[in-house]
Amino acid sequence: MGASVDAPYGSPDNSDLLQQDPGLPPVALDEAALESQDTRWTPAKIAVWVGISLLGGVSWVVIAGIRGETVNAVWFVFAAVCSYLIAYRFYSRYIEKHLLMPDDRRATPAEYDADGKDYVPTDRRVLFGHHFAAIAGAGPLVGPVLAAQMGYLPGTIWIIAGVIAAGAVQDYLVLFFSMRRGGRSLGQMAREELGVIGGTAALVATLTIMVIIVAILALVVVNALAASPWGVFSVGMTIPIALLMGCYLRFFRPGKVSEVSIIGFTLLIAVIIGGGLIADTTWGADFFTVNKIALGWAIIVYGFVAAILPVWLLLAPRDYLSTFMKVGTIVMLAVAIVLVRPVIHVPAVSEFAAKGTGPVVAGSLFPFLFVTIACGALSGFHALIASGTTPKLVEKERQTRFIGYGGMLMESFVAIMALVAALSIDRGIYFAMNAPAALTGGTAETAAAWVNGLGLSGVHITPELLTETARNVGEKSIISRTGGAPTLSVGLAHIMQQLVGGTGMMAFWYHFAIMFEALFILTAVDAGTRVARFMLQDSLGNFIPRFKDTSWRLGAWITTAVMVGAWGAVLLMGVTDPLGGINTLFPLFGIANQLLAAIALAVCMAIVAKQGAFRYLWIVAIPLVFAAAVTISASFLKIFSSVPAVGYFAQHAAFGKAIADGKTSFGSAATLEAMQAVFRNTMIQGVLSVLFVTLSIIVIIAALWETWKAYRLGGGPSAEDTAVPSRIFAPAGFVATPAEKELEKEWAVRSAGTGRVRSGGH
Amino acid sequence: MGVAAAVRRGARGVSWFVKGMLREDAYEKYLAHIAAQHDGGDGGHVMTEREFWRDVTDRQDRNPQSRCC
Repeated sequence: MGASVDAPYGSPDNSDLLQQDPGLPPVALDEAALESQDTRWTPAKIAVWVGISLLGGVSWVVIAGIRGETVNAVWFVFAAVCSYLIAYRFYSRYIEKHLLMPDDRRATPAEYDADGKDYVPTDRRVLFGHHFAAIAGAGPLVGPVLAAQMGYLPGTIWIIAGVIAAGAVQDYLVLFFSMRRGGRSLGQMAREELGVIGGTAALVATLTIMVIIVAILALVVVNALAASPWGVFSVGMTIPIALLMGCYLRFFRPGKVSEVSIIGFTLLIAVIIGGGLIADTTWGADFFTVNKIALGWAIIVYGFVAAILPVWLLLAPRDYLSTFMKVGTIVMLAVAIVLVRPVIHVPAVSEFAAKGTGPVVAGSLFPFLFVTIACGALSGFHALIASGTTPKLVEKERQTRFIGYGGMLMESFVAIMALVAALSIDRGIYFAMNAPAALTGGTAETAAAWVNGLGLSGVHITPELLTETARNVGEKSIISRTGGAPTLSVGLAHIMQQLVGGTGMMAFWYHFAIMFEALFILTAVDAGTRVARFMLQDSLGNFIPRFKDTSWRLGAWITTAVMVGAWGAVLLMGVTDPLGGINTLFPLFGIANQLLAAIALAVCMAIVAKQGAFRYLWIVAIPLVFAAAVTISASFLKIFSSVPAVGYFAQHAAFGKAIADGKTSFGSAATLEAMQAVFRNTMIQGVLSVLFVTLSIIVIIAALWETWKAYRLGGGPSAEDTAVPSRIFAPAGFVATPAEKELEKEWAVRSAGTGRVRSGGH
Repeated sequence: MGVAAAVRRGARGVSWFVKGMLREDAYEKYLAHIAAQHDGGDGGHVMTEREFWRDVTDRQDRNPQSRCC
């Protein structure tokens, strides 16, 4: 790579700019110390890694190799954790060393742009938690549940292998590149690296993808709350709780965040318990039993109002609650799985994996497994977070590995736990809950008959079991509660009740889980609408300049209404769809999310190529090729497949023909109206698929073009900010290494001498 | 170090982590930043705690960040 100043291409050599202040202790470990802490293998270190590898290997053999009737969930935890540790220690270190080459002598934007507000150097462990809370949501909890219909093995392998080679790589690279560019967003980087056409396609794709993602997340909430007076009451009550917290923080105790979070959390538990009491009364059950269509409208109205209210009133306080619940529940689930060690009866690879006739989500293993589980393995949405707040808070460059790569491994672990929770419930109950009402018939008797008629080995359920499970979790019925959230909640309740409270507590745990999923999703809906509105305003501003002014009230309302209208329309489509919205729409969610990942990886590939690092281009190219193959083939199947259950246009044509033939019921649609709904919806879904895939192909081609250009020239111009010497030090990983501890001591002595103490740290 | 001291230390660590993660320490960091500037920072104006927290949410209003799915 160009070492001289006149070489215009490749990663700029900044060593002349990075002269360190001789009055300060070193701001970075020197090369020799870095190298030796990495390559010096003590016997103890070797023993630890041999142990991890052995445990991981044995766990994988138990999961994948031994064909018994059952497998204990604890092996999933070991297989996942050991694989993550090995990948983190060796693969992410390889990427760091050869591809990204972070330099702790360089100041990060948090240091050189420090303003005490948006750009603040933040302790790496705190930032890890903060970043994790921003990336993890309902996605890793829902996808694995739906994919469980294919058996436990495909999902497990994809979640673990996918995160190591694709998801965590994407998050790490985007975070690093954004940090090197002053915290620029993915959209800005796409524009810079891919030119006007690629950049614009990336922007439009991001906007439409956000609409789809928000719509389908909202659909998950609607499906979880429909016909559940308990859920409607307790989730509904989160709005007044958040308003109360918002006012408390604004007028009474500004900045007392953990205090108000504890108050909010206590109230939350109270309304979960209260919801059970109210759902037991006749008036409560009447008043809070809301059908899907009304709930859909309620979320649309809520989404609009929430997105135009000031942040302090609703979004910020609910965000605190959601973070609190998220971290607490995930830790709780992890502890419970390790203590309870549930036994899993699901086959490794089910009957539906190859045939693609699964009732939960239609389609064969390739490519549909890989779009059904998006978050947890590879999630394009993370690229928006990793190029948002986090890069502005990173203290030292080498910490991006722990935060970016490590943070995503953590999310993957959440997905594994969700998979285990879903797998731990009875398989018959699983299918009765997750198949559309058109198949199950909607009652315990018809659902039991349908499940038993599937001919799955070892699956036999009685209507009584279904009604009893519903009663245990405090619901009237659990038949066809699609969307993943109710199933996960039953799984979580099933595991938790063995630890705390027994069957009597199942209803509480169930609604606790529903509540925490609904909280994330409502926050994501609100925040997503706001971000989409700003993107739309920015784009419209190119034609009508006034829209650029985001404080212009009318403009804000118009653009918010447009965005809410867009996702609201998709939501209502899913809610009214006789085929069951999740069955048809969830693949679109996964495809959208993975396409965004393909876009992010394409941008990363162009950057790597311009740096001239062609030897290591494969690190980005492998996940990019895989994500592109999965999403493009899934989109093509959705567009061109002649099987109506899979192809949108095939379904459209089939229903069109039935309507033309004068039929009044067809397939799963019982009325002419329902038939027309399918006819209309499939057309819209088909057009959306075409739009996504076209935009993504444009972005990928633009990236390939830039990569080819850079290859011919041996590199390209770098858009990195100029290097600024750093004046602070902090360790890179979770635990400081001995060499880092030495440096920390030198800095501690210095700050004691000058009387200035750096914030944070124990 | 006795058990009580170790527990106290652990509790302080947890509280430090939670406050950091919820960004409750933002105002302290702002003050520290101002103090480190030669001109007293922010053109000589230092926000009060109440002003600062209003500013935090107002900035979020102007510059929203997505939450993931």
